[in-house]
Amino acid sequence: MPESLGLVTPFVESFEEPLSLERGGVLPRYDLTVETYGSLNDTRTNAVLVCHALSGDHHAAGFHEGATKPGWWNDYIGPGKAIDTDLFYVVSLNNIGGCSGSTGPLSINPETGVPYGPDFPEVTVNDWVHTQSRLADRLGIETFAAIVGGSLGGMQALQWAISFPQRVRACAIIAAAPRLSAQNIAFNEVARQAIMRDPQFHDGHYAMEGVVPSSGLGLARMVGHITYLSDVAMGEKFGRQLPRADRDAEGANFAVEQYLRYQGQQFSERFDANSYILMTRALDYFDPTDNESKPLADVLKVTECRFLVLSFTTDWRFSPSRSEEMVDALIQADRPVSYARLESAHGHDAFLIPDATYHRLFKAFMDRSFHDLEGAQ
Amino acid sequence: MILTAKRIPDWVAANSRILDLGCGDGRLLAELIESHGITGLGLELDPEKIAICLDRGLSVVQQDLNRGLSNFRDQQFDTVLMTQTLQAIRRPDLLLDEMLRVGREAIVTFPNFAHLKNRLQLGLGGHMPVNPQLPNPWYDTPNIHLSTFDDFEALCRTLGIRILDRDTANLSGQSTWLGRVWPNLFGEVAIYRLTKES
Repeated sequence: MPESLGLVTPFVESFEEPLSLERGGVLPRYDLTVETYGSLNDTRTNAVLVCHALSGDHHAAGFHEGATKPGWWNDYIGPGKAIDTDLFYVVSLNNIGGCSGSTGPLSINPETGVPYGPDFPEVTVNDWVHTQSRLADRLGIETFAAIVGGSLGGMQALQWAISFPQRVRACAIIAAAPRLSAQNIAFNEVARQAIMRDPQFHDGHYAMEGVVPSSGLGLARMVGHITYLSDVAMGEKFGRQLPRADRDAEGANFAVEQYLRYQGQQFSERFDANSYILMTRALDYFDPTDNESKPLADVLKVTECRFLVLSFTTDWRFSPSRSEEMVDALIQADRPVSYARLESAHGHDAFLIPDATYHRLFKAFMDRSFHDLEGAQ
Repeated sequence: MILTAKRIPDWVAANSRILDLGCGDGRLLAELIESHGITGLGLELDPEKIAICLDRGLSVVQQDLNRGLSNFRDQQFDTVLMTQTLQAIRRPDLLLDEMLRVGREAIVTFPNFAHLKNRLQLGLGGHMPVNPQLPNPWYDTPNIHLSTFDDFEALCRTLGIRILDRDTANLSGQSTWLGRVWPNLFGEVAIYRLTKES
């Protein structure tokens, strides 16, 4: 078993130059909370950018001081792992609009002196990619050896390949889609409505009222969580078991209810409701074809990197057929693409869960990306 | 495992675009990249073989050939290769047609079921042939559409496919003089270079 990175410490990079956002609005300044793993080589060519999904953050691998749980992609980032920190310099950040340290709705609006709350400007995947490129400039990275991400993170990786073709040598897009389907947007809307209809939401100004819309945020997470799992995975984990006696089970008739409530409650303690609304909107609006004004294959013609696309058989939130849309478009565009549809029972969450075949393919692609670097030098 | 027919590289143009159907561990594509500077894409189902292709730095897509090649453009490739896979396809005729839609030329190899060894096992032994090229028992075999040189050429005539070259090989990939003289009886592996009648 490969070892873990051990203790990791985030740091903050501040950007005082104003950022104009795609959907209007300007951020006068912003901070990005960042973690890096491994070391940048002398030629500065071995950097890998990891993009996080809806509820992820900069803490992708290793352990924070005193923590018992590692970062969200610890099974795939570390010495000897798929994203091998012995080879690569890994950069992972919390996106703007998030709530884990980077500038977002919880941050103070310099113009008003109070937290942005619901007035935080709408951000898009393009904006994230833009801020990530500024971070790369700051860290002295001209070209990434690879940019990787799962789900919403995969969309950022795809957008990088389109927006900055010269700055990406390889791109791994896992359990993602070229844009959301109506059903997918619908699930996000249910989540948003759950938050907005919470009496404690106060049109997003809950912080001013000294409250948190935790029941709405918890409900949003419960809906999301169901869509991230598969029927099989839930059946295997809970079946029709009764609630566990060693945990709070008030009013829960089945173990799965207890579990969802627990997940919802945990999430509402760590995540900000305005951030969640903002993040789901960014997900909904992502569409490199600009509402089909241009076929995806034409959009992808500008890319210059090698692609790896991976999907999971039981993922119905971002199903294999959605990944295959990207693969087919890349084929049509004569771009180098590799693809596998991995057997898994874990639904959308499979991209986070250890699996030997998934790890083998991912690592083969990443190791080769490193090998190609050395060849190019 | 049958070695790649040694003849195939002679039929591939330098710097051409190649699609390899059922590319396995990608050995042939990797050789052609090395020797001919081709741009290649492989299609393969087995994840372990896909992983080896990725180790080699190849582009490889997991795709079931029985689903067809509708995700490829007309004449997207110079050559579409398919080695020792035709006999495992549900509708070889439809796939051959598709291969010559997406490629200018196709190179196909398959086990010749009319080879002397098979004839002896079936004709004299009275049982379905089992040998290094066809190792599976009849009830559990991927090889559901076995054919011969003669059968294949008849199909090509039906589909309007022109045979540009024909060769045979033994199981080490070598062409033999006996096989060239009397392929349907002495050729173990049938090797064809094809194009669509214009």
